[in-house]
Amino acid sequence: MSVLRLIWSGFVMNLKMLGTSSFFLLTSTVQPVIFATIAYYMFKSGGRPGTLLYAALGAGMMGVWSTTLFGSGGMIQWQRWQGTLELGVGAPPSMALVFLPFSLANAFTGMYSLAATLIWGRVFFGVPLHFAHPWLFVLALPATVVALGLMGLILASTFVLYRYANALANLLEYPVWIASGLIFSTAILPAWTRPISWALPPYWGVLALRHAALGGDVWRPLAMLVVLGIVSIAISTYTFRLFEHLARARATLSLT
Amino acid sequence: MTRWLRVFFVGGVIAYRGLFNWIRPAMYIPTMLGSPFFQLIFFTKLGQYAHAESRDFYVVGNSVQVCAMSSVYGMTMSVANERQFGTLGPLLASPANRAAVFLGRGLPVLANGLLVSVFTFVAGALFLGFRPGLASVPALAAILVVTVASCTGFGMLLGSVGLRAKDVFFAANLAYFVMLLFCGVNIPLDVLPGWMSIVGRCLPLTHGIAAAREVAAGAPLSQVAGLVWTEAGIAVAYAAAGFVFFRYLERASRHSAVLDAY
Repeated sequence: MSVLRLIWSGFVMNLKMLGTSSFFLLTSTVQPVIFATIAYYMFKSGGRPGTLLYAALGAGMMGVWSTTLFGSGGMIQWQRWQGTLELGVGAPPSMALVFLPFSLANAFTGMYSLAATLIWGRVFFGVPLHFAHPWLFVLALPATVVALGLMGLILASTFVLYRYANALANLLEYPVWIASGLIFSTAILPAWTRPISWALPPYWGVLALRHAALGGDVWRPLAMLVVLGIVSIAISTYTFRLFEHLARARATLSLT
Repeated sequence: MTRWLRVFFVGGVIAYRGLFNWIRPAMYIPTMLGSPFFQLIFFTKLGQYAHAESRDFYVVGNSVQVCAMSSVYGMTMSVANERQFGTLGPLLASPANRAAVFLGRGLPVLANGLLVSVFTFVAGALFLGFRPGLASVPALAAILVVTVASCTGFGMLLGSVGLRAKDVFFAANLAYFVMLLFCGVNIPLDVLPGWMSIVGRCLPLTHGIAAAREVAAGAPLSQVAGLVWTEAGIAVAYAAAGFVFFRYLERASRHSAVLDAY
């Protein structure tokens, strides 16, 4: 029960903090809308207007990834700057559990992106919002957000040791968009990138959402999201414990 | 004059080293080189998937646009961070010539913007098979210098806003993405609605990118002289507007006693 309370209060507190951040407003709403617009015009000029819903979903998912990524990097870095990281580490629950609700809140904020790009596409480009499997879409959305939040937890754990989390976050934004095929099919990428795509929750997340919206098998990508989520929990629990110990042993925990 | 030049060159470099947050290799390489490289790959692949334009269209557009990583963010930091770091008061209390203080900050930013763009062009050549004729390289370099200068002028204007605005980095981030959409980086201007292409033509990069594309396709520099001169005019206009704004906000901030306040 106390675990659930911890998750809930951490989740709500981080949501409130993110709600006051203009950077997150930009990342979760403005940036996806700009990318969605670029994609709409590129698809239109290429004579593929039928793919506009595809573009809206993809641009929305790009926003979900961006908020997860910058949020995961930021939550450690901001706590360092504010001097509250040591308090989180010193608290009785494990560090992974302390930061889990933060990571989930980051990914949840990313859902604004999907809402923004779908509404934007409908209002300004007349994108039809007829989902092939609406109920499966409703199921796929939280599954994707939770899986991305758990992946964000692994990233956050590495940022305990790496002081330039922002740099890593800046670097990882585009590669995951590319490898996950968020806005174009991974079939146009070299074959050696396939295993990378399969290991990324955003790949399965966008597949689940796309199939739920446009038609196709939703259950297999959903199952993969569950598997990758469980793997992420296992990895992040281990890495948080390891990196927390290393940071404490090297006395680098609070160094900015 | 010697003093003016010293403030311009030495002051500019010192300010850049002190205020540009991403100067350390651990920050610079992923942010200023890694991110532009993947931006190039992303849009080239998206264009390929959308069957929109040729590969060279995206290589040239994005390689020129990524100079904004330095010109917009770098210039914003070089001016606005004075306030963030609490050094704005001492700086403005000094008798140094304001034009030298302000414009000198643009030089390292311009050099860095060129480096980022050249790196991305080279990455386009190595990884995407971009092959402009050797004869077009000098003209391409000249266009790049003018375009990066124009983008730096735009950054100066944004940086000046940082003397007063609470969150100028929001504006810098927004400007970077707006440029991606409006400046013909990935979408030809004639595909955009009329008002968007008009906005694009008032922004830096647009004319430079158009000129660079023509030159990369084999046109001589003389054929795109009009575009290059327009880009140079935009550079002067934004730099002048930035300086005027800087002076205005300096005076207004002194007057209202909000120089270092947030």
